[in-house]
Amino acid sequence: MSILVIAEHDNSSLKQATLNVVAAAKAIGGDIDVLVAGENVGAVAEAAAKAEGVNKVLVADNAAYGHFLAENLSELVAEVGKGYSHILTSAGTTGKDIMPRVAALLDVAQVSDIIRVESEDTFVRPIYAGNAIATVKASDSIKVVTVRPTAFDPVAAEGGSASIEQLDIVKDAGLSSFVGEEKAQSDRPDLASAGIVISGGRGMQNGDNFKMLEQVADVLGAAVGASRAAVDAGFVPNDMQVGQTGKIVAPQLYVAVGISGAIQHLAGMSDSKVIVAINKDEEAPIFQVADYGLVADLFEAIPEFEQELDKVCS
Amino acid sequence: MKVLVAVKRVIDYNVKVRVKPDNTGVDLANVKMAMNPFCEIAVEEAVRLKEKGVASEIVVVSIGPKASQEQIRTALALGADRGIHIETDEEVQSLEAAKLLKAVVEKEEPKLVILGKQSIDSDNNQTGQMLAALTGMGQGTFASEVVVDGDKVKVTREVDGGLMTVALNLPAVVTTDLRLNEPRYASLPNIMKAKKKPLDSMSPADLGVEIAPRLTTLKVEAPAARQAGIKVADVAELVDKLKNEAKVI
Amino acid sequence: MERESMEFDVLIVGGGPAGLSAACRVMQLAQEAGEELTVCVVEKGSEIGAHILAGTVFEPTALNELFPDWKEKGAPLNTPVTRDDIFLLKNQEKATKVPNAFVPKNMHNHGNYIISLGNLCRWLAEQAEQLGVEVYPGFAAAETIVEDGQVKGIITGDMGVAREGSEKDGYMPGMELRAKYTLFTEGCRGHLGKRLINDFKLDEGKDPQHYGIGIKELWDIDPAKHEPGLVVHTTGWPLNESGSTGGSFLYHLENGQVYVGLITDLSYSNPHLSPFEEFQRLKHHPEIKKYLEGGKRVAYGARAIAKGGYNALPKMSFPGGLLLGCDAGTLNSSKIKGSHTAMKSGLLGAEAVFEALKEGKSGEEITSFQKRFEDSWLYKELYAERNFGPAMHKFGNIVGGAIAFVEQNILRGSLPITFRDTTPDYATLKPASKCKKINYPKPDNKLTFDRLSSVFISNTNHEEDQPVHLKLTDPEIPLKDNLPKYDEPAQRYCPAGVYEVVEKDDGSGKKFQINAQNCVHCKTCDIKDPAQNITWVTPEGGGGPNYPNM
Repeated sequence: MSILVIAEHDNSSLKQATLNVVAAAKAIGGDIDVLVAGENVGAVAEAAAKAEGVNKVLVADNAAYGHFLAENLSELVAEVGKGYSHILTSAGTTGKDIMPRVAALLDVAQVSDIIRVESEDTFVRPIYAGNAIATVKASDSIKVVTVRPTAFDPVAAEGGSASIEQLDIVKDAGLSSFVGEEKAQSDRPDLASAGIVISGGRGMQNGDNFKMLEQVADVLGAAVGASRAAVDAGFVPNDMQVGQTGKIVAPQLYVAVGISGAIQHLAGMSDSKVIVAINKDEEAPIFQVADYGLVADLFEAIPEFEQELDKVCS
Repeated sequence: MKVLVAVKRVIDYNVKVRVKPDNTGVDLANVKMAMNPFCEIAVEEAVRLKEKGVASEIVVVSIGPKASQEQIRTALALGADRGIHIETDEEVQSLEAAKLLKAVVEKEEPKLVILGKQSIDSDNNQTGQMLAALTGMGQGTFASEVVVDGDKVKVTREVDGGLMTVALNLPAVVTTDLRLNEPRYASLPNIMKAKKKPLDSMSPADLGVEIAPRLTTLKVEAPAARQAGIKVADVAELVDKLKNEAKVI
Repeated sequence: MERESMEFDVLIVGGGPAGLSAACRVMQLAQEAGEELTVCVVEKGSEIGAHILAGTVFEPTALNELFPDWKEKGAPLNTPVTRDDIFLLKNQEKATKVPNAFVPKNMHNHGNYIISLGNLCRWLAEQAEQLGVEVYPGFAAAETIVEDGQVKGIITGDMGVAREGSEKDGYMPGMELRAKYTLFTEGCRGHLGKRLINDFKLDEGKDPQHYGIGIKELWDIDPAKHEPGLVVHTTGWPLNESGSTGGSFLYHLENGQVYVGLITDLSYSNPHLSPFEEFQRLKHHPEIKKYLEGGKRVAYGARAIAKGGYNALPKMSFPGGLLLGCDAGTLNSSKIKGSHTAMKSGLLGAEAVFEALKEGKSGEEITSFQKRFEDSWLYKELYAERNFGPAMHKFGNIVGGAIAFVEQNILRGSLPITFRDTTPDYATLKPASKCKKINYPKPDNKLTFDRLSSVFISNTNHEEDQPVHLKLTDPEIPLKDNLPKYDEPAQRYCPAGVYEVVEKDDGSGKKFQINAQNCVHCKTCDIKDPAQNITWVTPEGGGGPNYPNM
């Protein structure tokens, strides 16, 4: 078996998600090559070559790939990938854009957003927004797969010494062109995609007290959310709501402050990797899903939390 | 210009899905079905293009069992002009859906095809991109803004970390993200009128496409319930655990 | 404001068994007579069946009349009743099985079916559409149109109004739906029906309507414990602990599933009582637990039922329309069945309206309806059981049950006296300080659950940014009167956690919080609030529960 991993990067640095995808490739087993396609990607290729478990790094460096246009990249990946048993990439927006196009060009099915590898042709993936988990078997000779990066622990970024090979394949489909881009400007990340979320519930008592959470969020680089009870009570606007009728989030770290943990809220955050609950009611249901629970008065605990984090994070 | 919109019948987003006790799938018996929310946004975008005078005709297509005609009628009530139903009771996976839609595209020759970015049942996020590949069209996925400008369409896409705008030659495929628009309500008179709008029905065989799934679902399970973790004594211990045990800060 | 308007011959408000039966029948009659009629059904639920909640052991009498070939047409009557068990629960451990010979005749269910009434309604809607009826779910009838003392139709609710009343993007004003005759079949305590009863004094000379709140769950159970067709009813515990009345049901339907539920009469007097928690603890009784243990809860719902019967039944005709089914109160409470009677009232209403239309009438009161009703088996059935509810209220489930037994099995409904029950349910509460507090056990999340996780599996949703649809006439009453006197019973009688008394933001005291989004449209608050200060109005169409297979 031989696996081609499409690196995720921004032309200057390799995104960590690539290391998670290599981990998924290792779980399948076989030789792992990484394709770095972009423009002026020398540094990215070198970073990829150092990743643990990588056999060879293939580099396609051309202006046609500079903006990761799916029309161009998919032709490249389909051509390079047809010699492999698996083609993997991260289920980020770039991977989601390109890979189905690759699959269609190869006339094979795609398995999206896998969270576990059962065997070389059998994968586990969430369906119905994570409310059901399907195990699927792919029968095509080439398996095109996107990987949910957070579901796999990354391989080490250092220590590998893969060879780097330049490819001279230029695919410009001539169907699309890059016009512009706008990076999210907010100091705080978007709630739906933030790596850390700190949310307040009715225990916050009023909207002003959410400032305490914002200060913690600033230290952590986190987004601030709220439970429906806090939104219904008028503490904060509706777009901060996490839960069944609000946003569904799955950050690395979710800190629930003064949130009782009604199922409507859990429905929006229980896929988070690590959940922390701070609540003075030790019977609150939130503790049943929390990895770390702190039974405390939030008005004492949160300022202290901020101070301690300040020490650790700065 | 003609716009083709593909819509899918899925379980209503308000309904809590329940995995069948025998783990063969999700229980759909007598649960409320509806148009996939991303497809509603696709229909709305097409209708807005028509209201702006950019689109001249909106054809809506759905693949699935007889009952999928309800979703086509909904799209017609929202402003689409004509429906195509590709009727099959079999499971249709993304690649086959894309092949069926390709056949429709070849027949109808639309300038723009709009689809939802993914359906909320299978969560695949594939069909639009596959259709674009098979028809040799450019694709503007996860659109938050669509502007048709001469023989090109400018699509602003929701990407990780911000927005990216691309220009695509027409004809092109666009898939919708949530912020593209807020779909309208269908009014009663429009629902009535929709019953009289033309709706063609055909089979996959009529379009020369064979349904042959490449993926087999071995089992479907309910997600594992989270287990309660530990209680920490104080804030210092909490921060220590987050840093050194969970390694998330 | 300029509204769009549409006209029909017959407009039907509410897509339940009464409304859909009426719709089908009036179309059948038109087709038999070779006439064309326009018939429209509006339904506030997101689809037909979404808001339908009932037991249900179904007596197919009215269905036989409407569609004698219902079997061939695929009506979802799949599980014939095979056995009836009745238990008198003495306390949380003990039970006595009532010997068959002592079971009131009306509690025998031979020939009946265990069904999902929601699924039957879905099927009826298909039949209606095939007959040419226009069926529109997702549209709530918000107001009646009354002109010159006649009901001329309804106005559907506005869509896209923000919480504070401003118009959002996509605002769509409601439409006028006008008709020669409008049939109101909203179910128990319909909000328009309630107004019609007041405005046209339809309840003059009648006893006040009486209600119960039914709370129901659908469970997957261990196949070894499943006996399709088994019907279990209980009475006594837990409601008897607080001197309240009502009874539970447990029905084994198809697919290894059971319905389990408790009906609590809303005439209860102890304000500490919580029908929701009474039902939760009932499931710990050995006679119930033995079926549910090891099973999994699938769905939850709650709905008020009108059970005043004959004595409380208002006049059903008024200028421009008819009030039918549970909107009027045609349920037979001794059988605990309202579906067949609702359907029959729909059939009678359809026949009366068709005759009126044939005579060229439009909007004039169909005074002949009363005679048509009195000549029907529906009237005989309701008259015969008129003493059942009042006897239960007066004498409790046990002595009341004995009276029912004697009357039904021996006297066959000919008891020469009529018991009456003239205290409305909102006026029965005693001060909280004078009543014993009830300590309900905490949910174990296996057999018993809290309100919010229950609402979760009712698939309830309302657009968040819309006006609160539970209106307080006087916003001060909950805290000023209800809280000191009755410990604000809304916190407990609401089965969906809509009402809460919480601390104010600034810690300066309490406030009455209404979580309208949780509302499962059961109408209990509108019925039981001691000050009659809560009015339930329709939220945006399509909101509310989405009951599957209930």
